Amino acid sequence: MIPELGHLLAIFGWTAALGVLVSGFWGGYRHSEAWVALSIRLAKLQFVVLASSFVLLIVSFLHDDFSVLYVANNSNQLLPWYYKISAVWGAHEGSFLLWTLVAATWTHLVANRAQHIPLDIHGYVLGSLGFINFLFLAFLITASNPFERLVPNTPINGVDLNPLLQDFALIIHPPMLYIGYVGFAVAFSFGVAGLLTGKLDSAWARWLRPWVNYAWAFLTVGIALGSWWAYYELGWGGWWFWDPVENASLLPWLAGAALIHSLAATEKRGAYKNWTVLLAILTFSLSLVGAFLVRSGILTSVHAFAVDAQRGLVLLGILTVVSGAGLILFALRASTLRSRLEYWGISRELLLLINNVLLTITVATVLLGTLYPIGYEWFTDGEKISIGSQYFNAFFIPIMLVLSFFLALAPISQWKTTPLKKFQKCFVFLGFAALVALILPWVLANTFYVGATIGIALGLFVLITHVNSLLKRRKSLHLGFVGMCIAHLGFAIALIGVAVTSVYSYSVDGRLAIGDSLDVSGRSYELQSVQTIEARNYLAERAEFVVGNRITVYPERRFYPIRAMQTTEAAIRPVLFRDLYVTLGKPMDNGTWGVRIQEKLLIRWVWFGALIMAIAAVLACSDKRYRRLSKRDLSQYSRT
Amino acid sequence: MNEQRQIRFWVIVFVLCGSSITVLLAVFAIQDYIDHFYLPDEVVQGLAPYDRTIRAGGFVVLNSIKHSEDELSVEFQLTDMKDSTFLVRYTGLLPSLFREGQGTTVKGKLGVDGVFRAREVNAKHDENYVPPELKTLTE
Repeated sequence: MIPELGHLLAIFGWTAALGVLVSGFWGGYRHSEAWVALSIRLAKLQFVVLASSFVLLIVSFLHDDFSVLYVANNSNQLLPWYYKISAVWGAHEGSFLLWTLVAATWTHLVANRAQHIPLDIHGYVLGSLGFINFLFLAFLITASNPFERLVPNTPINGVDLNPLLQDFALIIHPPMLYIGYVGFAVAFSFGVAGLLTGKLDSAWARWLRPWVNYAWAFLTVGIALGSWWAYYELGWGGWWFWDPVENASLLPWLAGAALIHSLAATEKRGAYKNWTVLLAILTFSLSLVGAFLVRSGILTSVHAFAVDAQRGLVLLGILTVVSGAGLILFALRASTLRSRLEYWGISRELLLLINNVLLTITVATVLLGTLYPIGYEWFTDGEKISIGSQYFNAFFIPIMLVLSFFLALAPISQWKTTPLKKFQKCFVFLGFAALVALILPWVLANTFYVGATIGIALGLFVLITHVNSLLKRRKSLHLGFVGMCIAHLGFAIALIGVAVTSVYSYSVDGRLAIGDSLDVSGRSYELQSVQTIEARNYLAERAEFVVGNRITVYPERRFYPIRAMQTTEAAIRPVLFRDLYVTLGKPMDNGTWGVRIQEKLLIRWVWFGALIMAIAAVLACSDKRYRRLSKRDLSQYSRT
Repeated sequence: MNEQRQIRFWVIVFVLCGSSITVLLAVFAIQDYIDHFYLPDEVVQGLAPYDRTIRAGGFVVLNSIKHSEDELSVEFQLTDMKDSTFLVRYTGLLPSLFREGQGTTVKGKLGVDGVFRAREVNAKHDENYVPPELKTLTE
């Protein structure tokens, strides 16, 4: 009964989305307060209905209702209750229900929190959001129904959640990602509304900015969590593999970062209007490209969902319809927009332009590398290839380094034009940063890498200029500026982390008997014992290592009998500036064990930096000046 | 105004040229980073190039995994479950999901002796998972 009700509610949510679509567009078109009000109510209805449907799926999981195919495939009686809940989004169907719920949540929030924007824009934004979720839900109820029954051959027990997904970070990683991906639908819809009404001005940018910041912040946290998960759960110490699915999340992230910056120029200077609205459309399109890549199984990936070609085609259809509609609208209306750009000196406008050009090129090169295997297979009639991570590094790293140089100038630059004199001090900072970056590797590690040194130097350069500007302006700080500076500091921290950990990390594989030890960068790792332990839904071999006579770590190998699956649980111990990382491999014939021992310098800075960026993005749009200006905008445009 | 337009025009030209050059560069450069994938029969028939980084895959033959006595090196055979089988050598820790019968992809170089020297061994996901490259073998 419960699953049928859940399915029914999803269908109901679909009709509500249709209602939001029709009433929103009609209300926007007719400037009708009543129709927009209806749209707002239907958005709320859609949210409540889908949330209930989602709760019912959770209930099915908690009740171990294995007559539901999706539950049987992804859960088990022995699974702890919190993993039963997270198993709801552990595979395609359930996670897509979450996806539509997130879309409904954003729609509901826009309906209620954006009541100060003009009626026609509000209506069109809701209509467009309704349109998007209408398509998603149509896909859900026809091709990916999570409530599908498995009768009459109902299994007594489920086949369990994939053990790799039985993990804390994976409980929150997908929701974070989806909030980010789908959040860009709000940017898309604002773009559509702006194009339809022609009201693409500073006020429009001001309404949109907080939404983009929030979506981007969630996406940042989601990506960082995914990288952290890969780092400790896969057991091999890697944190970014240029895997197609990782790229799928990186693409909208990069585009979203560009959008945040071009929106700043559009809001403050009325510049780059055409580009900003195009970027809003493209960013969400890249989210959809990501959904397509992950869910169609078209690419080889560690993380992709189960393979289904038909699903891929439907998602490709949604992508084509949504971005096609956005792009056609843009092509028809863009010529009516007038950007105001009066200054081409060394100005903040120019730096923001450079930011956007570089980020767009990055998106293009990453997209090329990600889609190339699909195109190749298509044109060569089935020849399989993959693009090595060297390709991505060869383009991504140099562009990011150039980007960080210009980034360092951001807090000094001014709108319109900046006197060259202001930049003079910068070169002192740059010289100092370069000097530190040159000396540091010799002090720390006795080895020297050009790439890492440039990365560290530029990271320090960004840190210094931003801290300097914050101190200089400490009397007249506002949250917008502070947020920008903190986000850039986060970027610098992540950059230094990446530069250092990529080269100053050590890895030794060995074969140890009990009592043997292995030396890695001056520390000894001694294997003390290996014990067998039995947990609720797995068996484990747990080794005890003593590191440098003081620290004890316990790496494990787990066997999950239900799926007959072996996993490694690396032991990771953060000590000052580095992680000690011990992986237990297979037992060998003569009582020895395969072991991999790694030391990773500054690896935590990568995720820490990302977290700072996310917090800063939220901080920046909490600026009180926003609310004041938004109120002023409202009085300029009367709502009707 | 006229001058403004001119400046704007040139900025747009400059940006477009710069980005297209970079993207073109990427399009040409990507050729060098392509890793081709070969199935066991292609490896056996000599269709795969020697001494170049390639990817190959198959299912791990039962009882074919042989660890060396003291080092971390290991040998195993990959098959297409028909009549083609080739030998892989690898030194290092094997992924935890690596086991007999599992669909596995390897990255490395094929020697003239027909032995594949792997730098990476990939066996991920659960027992139901088959890497997309190997799907033609199971159909």
